[in-house]
Amino acid sequence: MAKPDFEIPELKLDTEVPALKEGTMAHSSPFIAKPEHQEPLGFPGELVEDWHDRAIGKMGDLLGKYRGLQVYLDSCVKCGSCTDKCHYFLGTSDPKNMPVGRQDLLRKVYRRYFTFAGKYFPWLVGAEDLTRETLDEWYSYYHQCSQCRRCSVFCPYGIDTAEISMAAREILDDVGMGQKYCNEIIAKVFRIGNNLGLPEPALADTLEGLEEDVLEDDGVDVKYPLDVKGADILLVTPSADFFAEPHVDGLIGYGKVFHEAGLSWTLSSHASEAANFGMFIGSYENMRNVSMRIREAALDLGVKRIVFGECGHAWRVAYSFLNTLAGPFDFLDPKYPVPQHILEVTHDLIQRDAIKLDPSANDDMILTFHDSCNVARATRMGPKPGGQFTIPREVIKASVNRFVDMAPETIHDSTYCCGGGGGLLTDDLMELRVKGAVPRMDALKRVIEEDGVTHMAAICAICKSQFTKVLPYYGMGMDMIVSVHQLVSNAIVLGAKK
Amino acid sequence: MPIEVNGKTLETDEEGYLSNLNDWEPGVADVMSKEDDLELTEDHWEIINFLREYYEEYQIAPAVRVLTKAVGKKLGKEKGNSKYLYELYPYGPGKQACRYAGLPKPTGCV
Repeated sequence: MAKPDFEIPELKLDTEVPALKEGTMAHSSPFIAKPEHQEPLGFPGELVEDWHDRAIGKMGDLLGKYRGLQVYLDSCVKCGSCTDKCHYFLGTSDPKNMPVGRQDLLRKVYRRYFTFAGKYFPWLVGAEDLTRETLDEWYSYYHQCSQCRRCSVFCPYGIDTAEISMAAREILDDVGMGQKYCNEIIAKVFRIGNNLGLPEPALADTLEGLEEDVLEDDGVDVKYPLDVKGADILLVTPSADFFAEPHVDGLIGYGKVFHEAGLSWTLSSHASEAANFGMFIGSYENMRNVSMRIREAALDLGVKRIVFGECGHAWRVAYSFLNTLAGPFDFLDPKYPVPQHILEVTHDLIQRDAIKLDPSANDDMILTFHDSCNVARATRMGPKPGGQFTIPREVIKASVNRFVDMAPETIHDSTYCCGGGGGLLTDDLMELRVKGAVPRMDALKRVIEEDGVTHMAAICAICKSQFTKVLPYYGMGMDMIVSVHQLVSNAIVLGAKK
Repeated sequence: MPIEVNGKTLETDEEGYLSNLNDWEPGVADVMSKEDDLELTEDHWEIINFLREYYEEYQIAPAVRVLTKAVGKKLGKEKGNSKYLYELYPYGPGKQACRYAGLPKPTGCV
C-alpha cells in the first residue's frame, strides 16, 4: 500500500452525512489523455483552439440525440433528495459532489446557451458562460462521478446523473480533453483485444497455466479453451479475470462449472474483454466498436450462446444495449437469453441439480455480498424482477454455510458504488477512491463486528480491484474480497455427476 | 519527469514509468527504488529479472498467478504467493516491480 498524502476517513458503523466543506476535492483531476490515446478513438489529440464553440455545438448535438439529457437538465426542482446519496459526497464533504451540485456544473452552461431565460436573464436562472475554467471544473468533477446511479433511485424525477456525467465527458473528449485511463484502455482494446493489452500467446499461456493448477489441486482435467470453433458457448469475461486476484479464482470457477455440467465452451482472443469503457466516456461510437468484437467472435467461432463473466458495467452494456449496438443475434440459439450471465447459468444448474456443491468447503469463511452498482440498477438476471439481487445470493448460499447481508439501505438497488467505478479505477484518483469507499466500508465494518463476517464477495472486476486496493487503507486485509465463482469453485464437487 | 541514470537522462511518464522501454538498464531499478526508500536485495532482483524475461517473450507483464507460480518454483513454495510479493514490493508487485523493470504499467480493471 502506498503512503497516503491525504487523511483517511474514520469509519463509523453508520455513515454520517458530513458538514459541507467547499472545494475540498477541487484539486482532484485525473491525467489527461495524450494524442496517442485520443486519436484512435476519433477525438482530437489535444485541446482544440475553438473549444468554446465546439463544446457548445457538441452539447446541442447531444441534447438533440439524447432526449433524456434535456429532460434531466430541465426538470430538477432542487428538492434536495439526492444531496446525501452519493458516496463521493459522503466521503469527501465537497458540495460539488452532491448529485445536484455535479449536475448544475453542466446545467448552468446549458441554461445560458439553450434556454430563453438563460440567454436573456442569465443572472435570474443561474446561467453562466462557458469559460476555460468551466472546462477544468467539468474535468475534475465529472471524473468524481462513478456513474453508479444511486442518486437517481432517490430523485423524485428520476434524474440520472450518470447520463449527465457521460455527456460531459463526451463533450470534453470532443474538444480534446479526454481522460488518459479510459482512453488509453479503449485504444488498447482496438489494438490488442482487451483492456490489459494481453496478446493471444500470453492469454494462451495463462490459460494453460490454469489447467495445470486445477489438475494439480483437484486432480481433474478441467479445460480453459481458447478460440475453439464450433463450441456451444462463447464466454466473454473481463481481462482482469486472466490477470488479477481474486478475479482469476472466479475464472477457474466458471471453467469448473462448464466442465461439471458437460457444456462445450470457449474464450476468444478477439473478444478477450467483457468491459466496455465506451460507456464510461459516453461515446456511442466507441461503445459500439468495442461491442462489435463480441459479435465478430461469435460469428467466427460459430457459437450458439454468449455468456458474460463477472463484470458489472459489462453486464449493463450486454443486458441493456448489446442487441442495439451489435445485433441482431438471430444466429444464436433462441432457447437461451442473449446474452446470458454466468450466474444465470450456474444458478440454473444448481436449481436443476445438474452440479453438486459442498458448502462446507467454504466453512473457513463468513460471507457478505456487495451488489455491484451497474448490475443492481441497470440490469436484471433471470426471469423475475429483482433476480439480479436474488440469483447471486442464492448461488453464494448454495456454496457457503454462513452468509450475512449488510444494512438494507446499502444493498440491492440502494447499494453503494465500490468507489472505483465509471472509469475512476486509476492510481491518480486514489484519494477519491479511498474516500468514496466510506459508505461501503462502514457497512462492511458493522457486519464484521456484529456478525463475524470474514469475506465480501463481488461480481465485478472493478469492485474486486478497488476493494483489494482500498481495504488496507482501512486496516483490513486485501484478501477479504472474493469472487462469487471462487466460492463456487471451492464448493463444486467435480465428478459427482458423471 | 526525467530520471538520471549513470549520467543519462531518461524520460518517464506522469506515473514514473519509463517512456521508452529500450532505455532500461539495471541502474534504472536502483534509481527508482532509492526514490521509494527501498533497498533492492537479490530477492527483488529475482522478480525484476523474471518480469523482464516474461515481457521479452509475451509483450506484457505476467499475471499475478503466473508470477507467484514462477517464484514458487524457483524460490520455494512458501514464497509462491502474493503476500511474499507485497512484502518485497509494498506498492504492489504488478505496478512497482513493473516500473523498476522498465515494463509499461498494467492497465484495465486491475
